[in-house]
Amino acid sequence: MTPLVHRVVDRHVESDEVVTLAIAARDAGIDPPEPGQFNMLWSFGVGEAPISLAGIEGDVLLHSIRRVGAVTNTLCDLQVGDELGLRGPYGTGWSCNDLGSGDAVVVAGGLGLVPVRPLIDSLVDSGERRVVLLVGARTPEGLLYADDMDRWADSGVDVQTTVDVGTEGWRGNVGLVTMLVERAEFDASDTIAYVCGPEVMMRFAAVALVDRGVAAPSIELSLERNMHCAVGHCGHCQIGPHFVCKDGPVISWDRSEPLLRVRSL
Amino acid sequence: MDPHARLSGHRVLSLSGFEALINSLVEEGRRVLGPVATDGVITYSDVTSVADLPKGLRDQQAPGSYTLESSDTSLFGFASTAASWKPFLMPEPTLLIRASRTTDKTITIEQPEPEAPPTVFLGVRSCDLAAMGVLDDAVGDSAGRHNGVFDPTYSARRREAFVIAVACAKPSATCFCGSMSTGPTPTAGYDLVVHEICKAERHEFVIAAGSTEGDGVLDGIDSRAATTDDLSAIDAIHHEAAASMTRGIDPADPSLAASVPEATLWNDIAKQCLSCGNCTMVCPTCFCSTTFDTTDLTGTTSERWRSWDSCFTNDFTAIHGGAVRHTTASRYRQWLLHKVDRWHEQFGSSGCVGCGRCITWCPPGIDITDEVKKLAAVAREEG
Repeated sequence: MTPLVHRVVDRHVESDEVVTLAIAARDAGIDPPEPGQFNMLWSFGVGEAPISLAGIEGDVLLHSIRRVGAVTNTLCDLQVGDELGLRGPYGTGWSCNDLGSGDAVVVAGGLGLVPVRPLIDSLVDSGERRVVLLVGARTPEGLLYADDMDRWADSGVDVQTTVDVGTEGWRGNVGLVTMLVERAEFDASDTIAYVCGPEVMMRFAAVALVDRGVAAPSIELSLERNMHCAVGHCGHCQIGPHFVCKDGPVISWDRSEPLLRVRSL
Repeated sequence: MDPHARLSGHRVLSLSGFEALINSLVEEGRRVLGPVATDGVITYSDVTSVADLPKGLRDQQAPGSYTLESSDTSLFGFASTAASWKPFLMPEPTLLIRASRTTDKTITIEQPEPEAPPTVFLGVRSCDLAAMGVLDDAVGDSAGRHNGVFDPTYSARRREAFVIAVACAKPSATCFCGSMSTGPTPTAGYDLVVHEICKAERHEFVIAAGSTEGDGVLDGIDSRAATTDDLSAIDAIHHEAAASMTRGIDPADPSLAASVPEATLWNDIAKQCLSCGNCTMVCPTCFCSTTFDTTDLTGTTSERWRSWDSCFTNDFTAIHGGAVRHTTASRYRQWLLHKVDRWHEQFGSSGCVGCGRCITWCPPGIDITDEVKKLAAVAREEG
């Protein structure tokens, strides 16, 4: 429960709101996180926030952080060489190993692309499954990881994007990500879908995937709830019987649908 | 139990023997916490002698109401204390980490050793004994066995606690431990268990040890052997206490209540509920917490603290975009269903031990037993 001191070794501004930090342990580090897990990042004197793993490069952890409050703003302001605290890895990530040769359909909305980034890298590296990536954002500026999307497309990933509101010069799709689910090419009878984004988007995406014929237990959602401790002790992140911090954040649609259906659960 | 073993397992102390017991624990350097009357309630605080105990006081508890009145000369003639043992097991606040930063921005982080001096919990009721078992599974050593993580302060304080349980003779009107199978008789989890016999002709304490340490403590105190009359007297205490409780939760009802999360009844409860969080503060098993960081004025040292939190606050579920449970109805539903239903799936038991504090200390007197009953009835109608 005590953070280990880490150092920012690289920093990349993704957008006005989002910064990616590359972080390495100064002394002892944590066990390597799995795709879909998260770490607690601690800013000296300010506080802690749960941040999804955006990638691993050797001993370096990547975390993309959106400026929403005091902690995330100070984390986003950290510069190369600055120190911070980190503990983890926490939570149950995506099921992505030993899942056979079926298709992988990844549906991401906005910042929801962060937790699936290491998953897509892992799927591309193993090269065993057809990967379809469907990404939605509010605006073209909200589409993260442009370089990665080019890289994944070059590796054979079917990358489709859409925005809610186009801006001048945008020549791509305009509409909800569910529209991409409806027309994407994949074999629904042998697919595992990975969904991350705003809760309302995930619900509609999951319904669209079920409509396409994907089995509910094969649709995985990464839920967001208020997490303070990350070990199931503080109680904040509960949804029904689950502590999202340890039983999730990834919870399959057959288990999450009855809970998400209840207003303000 | 073999009647002879049961007889030999019990000793009987006079009032002065009971005083000697407290003195011996104090002299061993332990902090002794026991019931005291303060600010119009009986709650736990430091005691060094029988004189500190709430002699002759009896509590009258009802939904939204607590008063003390004079009774006989017993020391333990009351039911649930105002606060539980939680303030001593999960101190508020608890220091989690201490950190410093030098001018070249190098950070050092250390985890302080938990503060857990040897402590005696004197007067633990059966409901509160059960609550400690519940917390052991949620955040204590048992939780550590389940998922590798336990709260070091809670666990250390629990290990250092010498528990003297005292059987309830007079449950209050809000007590319902009988229906939760958590009382009124302490059955396990104590070092010593006490039955106070307070009658016109005698004032004595029938005591049995529940641990080797308890045996050792009892050995040094003047006492007499128990008689079959003494055992009959403590059996009578059990039966009278159990028979006096009228409230309860039917074991079948919590899951029925959970099956109607959108019943209009939740909104009806919310019209009374102040969302004040009193129930979560007095509940002996509510463990939710939050954290806050502090710095000194120079910004070179920082501390991270944990404090109690309540699922009745709006901020409790705050995420980007607002609170998930932004209505009182949704927050009451979370508290009640977590306590009586989801706890089973999470930790293998009910989170409610039937102490009745949430009923007594609810300003409008919302009664958890009554609400569970009504919700189950709604489910049966809909079912």
